[in-house]
Amino acid sequence: MALLTLEDVTVRFGARAALDAVRLDVAEHEIVSVLGPSGSGKSTMLRVIAGLQAPGGGRVLLDGADQAAVPVHRRGVGLMFQDHQLFPQRDVAGNVAFGLRMHGASRAEQRTRVEELLELVGLPGAGGRAVSTLSGGEQQRVALARALAPRPRLLMLDEPLGQLDRGLRERLVVELRGLFGRLGTTVLAVTHDQGEAFALADRVVVMGDGRVAQTGTPLGVWQRPASAFVARFLGFDNVVPATVGGESADTPWGKLPMEPGSPQGGRTLLVRPAGVRMAAPDDGLRCEVETRTFRGSRVVVRLRPEGGGPPLDAECAPAEAPREGDTVGVTFSQDDVVVLAESGTGAKTNATAKTNADAGLRDGSRST
Amino acid sequence: MKGAEGPGASPGPPATGRRRAVRPAAVRLALMALPLAFFAVFFAYPVVSIVGRGLRTADGWQLGEVTQVLGRPGILHVLWFTLWQALASTGLTLLIALPGAYVFARFSFPGKQVLRAAVTVPFVLPTVVAGTAFLALLGRGGLLDQLWGVRLDTTVWAILLAHVFFNYAVVVRTVGGLWAQLDPRQEEAARVLGASRLAAWRRVTLPALAPAVAAAALMVFLFTFTSFGVIQILGGPGFSTLEVEIYRQTAELLQLPTAAILTLVQLVAVGAVLGVHAWTVRRRESALRLVDPSTTARRPRGAGQWALLGGVLASVALLLFLPLGVLVERSLDTPGGHGFAYYRALTSVDASGTFLVAPLEAVWNSVRYAVVAAAIALVVGGLAAAALTRRAGRFARGFDALLMLPLGVSAVTVGFGFLITLDKPPLDLRSSWILVPLAQALVGVPFVVRTMLPVLRAVDGRLREAAAVLGASPLRVFREVDLALVRRALLVAAGFAFAVSLGEFGATVFIARPGNPTLPVAVARLLSRPGDLTYGEAMALSTVLMIVCALSLLLLERIRTDRSGEF
Amino acid sequence: MPTTRKLAAAALAAAVGATALAACGGQDGQGGGGDAGAAKATTVTLVSHDSFAASSAVLKEFTKETGYKVKVLKSGDAGEAVNKAILTKGAPQGDVFFGVDNTLLSRALDNGLFTPYTAKGIDRVDPSTRLDKAKHRVTPIDSGYLCVNYDRAYFARHKLAPPNTFADLVKPQYKNMLVTENVATSSPGLGFLLGTIARYGDSGWQDYWKKLKANGVQVVDSWEQAYDQDFSGSAGGKKAKATRPLVVSYASSPPSEVLYAKPRPKSPAQAPTGVATGTCFRQIEFAGLLDGAKNTAGGKALIDFMISKRFQEDMPLQMFVDPVVKGAKEPEVFTKFGAKITDGESMAPPRIAAHRDQWIQTWSSLLVK
Repeated sequence: MALLTLEDVTVRFGARAALDAVRLDVAEHEIVSVLGPSGSGKSTMLRVIAGLQAPGGGRVLLDGADQAAVPVHRRGVGLMFQDHQLFPQRDVAGNVAFGLRMHGASRAEQRTRVEELLELVGLPGAGGRAVSTLSGGEQQRVALARALAPRPRLLMLDEPLGQLDRGLRERLVVELRGLFGRLGTTVLAVTHDQGEAFALADRVVVMGDGRVAQTGTPLGVWQRPASAFVARFLGFDNVVPATVGGESADTPWGKLPMEPGSPQGGRTLLVRPAGVRMAAPDDGLRCEVETRTFRGSRVVVRLRPEGGGPPLDAECAPAEAPREGDTVGVTFSQDDVVVLAESGTGAKTNATAKTNADAGLRDGSRST
Repeated sequence: MKGAEGPGASPGPPATGRRRAVRPAAVRLALMALPLAFFAVFFAYPVVSIVGRGLRTADGWQLGEVTQVLGRPGILHVLWFTLWQALASTGLTLLIALPGAYVFARFSFPGKQVLRAAVTVPFVLPTVVAGTAFLALLGRGGLLDQLWGVRLDTTVWAILLAHVFFNYAVVVRTVGGLWAQLDPRQEEAARVLGASRLAAWRRVTLPALAPAVAAAALMVFLFTFTSFGVIQILGGPGFSTLEVEIYRQTAELLQLPTAAILTLVQLVAVGAVLGVHAWTVRRRESALRLVDPSTTARRPRGAGQWALLGGVLASVALLLFLPLGVLVERSLDTPGGHGFAYYRALTSVDASGTFLVAPLEAVWNSVRYAVVAAAIALVVGGLAAAALTRRAGRFARGFDALLMLPLGVSAVTVGFGFLITLDKPPLDLRSSWILVPLAQALVGVPFVVRTMLPVLRAVDGRLREAAAVLGASPLRVFREVDLALVRRALLVAAGFAFAVSLGEFGATVFIARPGNPTLPVAVARLLSRPGDLTYGEAMALSTVLMIVCALSLLLLERIRTDRSGEF
Repeated sequence: MPTTRKLAAAALAAAVGATALAACGGQDGQGGGGDAGAAKATTVTLVSHDSFAASSAVLKEFTKETGYKVKVLKSGDAGEAVNKAILTKGAPQGDVFFGVDNTLLSRALDNGLFTPYTAKGIDRVDPSTRLDKAKHRVTPIDSGYLCVNYDRAYFARHKLAPPNTFADLVKPQYKNMLVTENVATSSPGLGFLLGTIARYGDSGWQDYWKKLKANGVQVVDSWEQAYDQDFSGSAGGKKAKATRPLVVSYASSPPSEVLYAKPRPKSPAQAPTGVATGTCFRQIEFAGLLDGAKNTAGGKALIDFMISKRFQEDMPLQMFVDPVVKGAKEPEVFTKFGAKITDGESMAPPRIAAHRDQWIQTWSSLLVK
């Protein structure tokens, strides 16, 4: 039995649906990241689960029990707020001990647990400090310790690392994953940062417009985005309409090679930048190099096909990157051409999402 | 299920459906219950009863009287005078106090804190005392008389200037409080974008300030529209406001129908003013980026700014401190030269044994009443503010205005209403000491609400949610989050309610009270007995009252939070 | 958090403490009194105006004699107190009302405020004060006179004889000297008006006031304003550099000035103020048993006590009024510094009640508007 189950949860603000018949299961000890652009309804989802927001329809179940009539303070879940929301009038220990006090823990119990948790989050002995003296990273740790202290059955994190700088974020996300693994905590985290989501989670749920667009392992989602929306959200811009016939497809960029057994007919295709190969101008689709952008060890090159058609991103090693203004010829590798679901934005139905999730899981397991 | 193992983490029994999640509306209603009951019993019921007594005879409702009464030339004259003197007083107060608000907001100078407490003293001073002092400025032998041979007592100027005297602090505190928190960099940004100094002020600061100015103006209008003591003491027989007329018709002539109609007229007018006020307050609370006031004030620079500071200090000295100073001077001016003889006399039951209590005992009486009144005002006002903090619907806004209404209803109406309503057990409080603090609390509650509300509204709602998720019940959330955060505002509110009750004269004199006189009452009593000593003692006691008020206000300055509301 | 809890506890304790303190305060105070709920039978409640005063020793004596504690409720100025009593008729605030004077008596009696009671010792009361002799609804307690007071020093300085009669006040040598009170808002003002009406009659009083106006009479709203601000003979007036040496006040004002002067004058000639004995109007104050009183027996005992010698002799220095009981001694400051008034004006209460409002209106249109 799943620890958390959302059954067709719907929340409307006026005419807009913040959550539109969302279904989700989170198993015990699982770490799930909900990934989506701002306004996709992910924070609302956490608020519904915590009981801070009443759903307009559907059910929230914890351990199989419907939570509709359970007030916030009796749900036994933890929520770490986006901007931490530490109590300004209390010191660090007072913040961490708050939940324990609310549950009637003894003073001695509170003291030992606070010490234990501050140790755990790497702030030993900070109990007496005023929260206003803490740096962003320290605040985040205190907020985490505070949320963990009453041993919630489900820990929810809302953009847990959102306000921190990049280096700190990358280090903390690894620490967090290790910590949750050790504690066996069930975690539901929402974030708009795919790096954070992929690094933290066992499973990723991509949301758009209040719906679940795709569920799967980080690698599965990355490799096989279920829709143009997911693809674009993950940063893939090479999305084009195509007509698939046999083992090739007609696109504005010319004929693309397809895997055998690809779905036939009018489709939307994603070409991963790594699968866009640049060679001599005479070889393949002639394109002009518009811009080059360094991304760490790789370079992303923005290409404009001379014969028209949408611009195209290619990825290569820095040494191989052409200069701006050069003309190159482009060929496509069959492995990096992915057929996407029909819809333009989110998943049409949960059934689609489900299928894609399964597909993602399969793909993930194959590629590991 | 490792996450939920700990004994403290038990999430409660699985939902059975019997226990429903508490709805915010229910919480709001529960919080409102006590304040509503308080206002129903101690305000609405007495006022409605006395008005009803006036308007209904054995033949039914006498609504025909309304046009008849309002058609009388005397009454029309009163209505007209009430309105125009209130408008003129408001304009004059703004004119004189706005530069003061600017100086207090933007300049730092030594003694600023003390000065700000001091300018508030008149506001909480009983009119009996202040009126006497004010005559020394405008009356015969006053400063104006000595300098230019001008006497303004029994002219409308005396009334207008006294209204400035009383309400100066309202403008300085309401407008200056906000002004100090406006980020000067916004104006600087406008200057960089090419606006002249004046244009920058007009386009950036003024719009941000306008709602506060409007709110202050409305409060001043409300206080002057319902002016009573000032008119009686300074105006002479020729001037009468609605409030004075209601007092005369009720207390002196027992013409309840006329009084009832005038009360209704005043209620309608005040209700309209409060409606506008509530609207501007709401607009003022609309998000402005506010900064720590201590960062916006600096020492004045250049001749112009020094002149402005000098001018404001001079006007404060002339208009506010000179009358108060005269009071102090007279309390020290004994037949045997200057000294503390009158103060010494205060501590003893006087020489001839005719006084029943040492007048200084009145200080202790007053403090006791004021403490109880402040406690009542704090509980009632605090609960009301807490209720109003939750998402304000139309109902809540109406409630907000209702709480302000006692400021606009004649004390004599309330006092006489008490007489005919609180006359049966268990509510037969007419001969009880508690009636005095209750009546005072009625006046204190609006101040508490106005002080607490902005602070409570500034509490981030997600802090409450954080506490709830960590297992705090709604009541616990209020205690742990709201109460903890507004502790200082609570103290400020309590102090203000205390100071207001200390000086409150209106309600106290209109209800029958057992033997222990309060400070203002003792002053009035001393003034009513001919003699050198009694007059001197009255002055000395007034000075004591002034000092007690000033000290409690100074204490407030020390603990004043940076968003401590309007006052 | 412990601090919040402590704070809450402290606040609660403070509130409870304050309540308890004030509760105690409600019981000590001048009249003794007591908790209405707990000691109903032994408390008698006296409703009066703000000027009521009695020394605690005398009230304790009453308690010792009768077992009743007196609780005093002050209910505003004289007119206000009477009106409040009328408003609460049937469910009165107390048992005995004291402070209705001859100018308000008819209004109180016509409204049926009092239960008849013939006080013990009524025979010793000066018959001229017993205005309700036939029905015994009220008992006279004290009397006094409203008279023009003058500033001795002023008249000595200007070598001018002070005025003595109503007629003197309109003489040119006293131009711009008199300050009086608005009759609509002040009972001394009204008393003075009634004195002039009694003296000059329905036909003559308006002419008299026209002359007063022509002679520069000043009208202010309250006695306090007139006496403390505008009358040059009072302590406050001296400090305020007041210019009016004549004021409408009480015959007892000069003894009061003497009593509270430092050093105290030795002879009447040294007293700061004097009384124009031909300008006086007699005021008599009554007490009555309120209709619907809870403690009738206590109320009766209190009225009896108020015309006892003990109370009557205490009264002059407490309220600056004269006793009405034969044989009650007046204090030395009264006999030595007070004026003997033999020909004070007076008026029958029904006549006052019948014309009061109309007189006030006429007067206002003559003087104020």
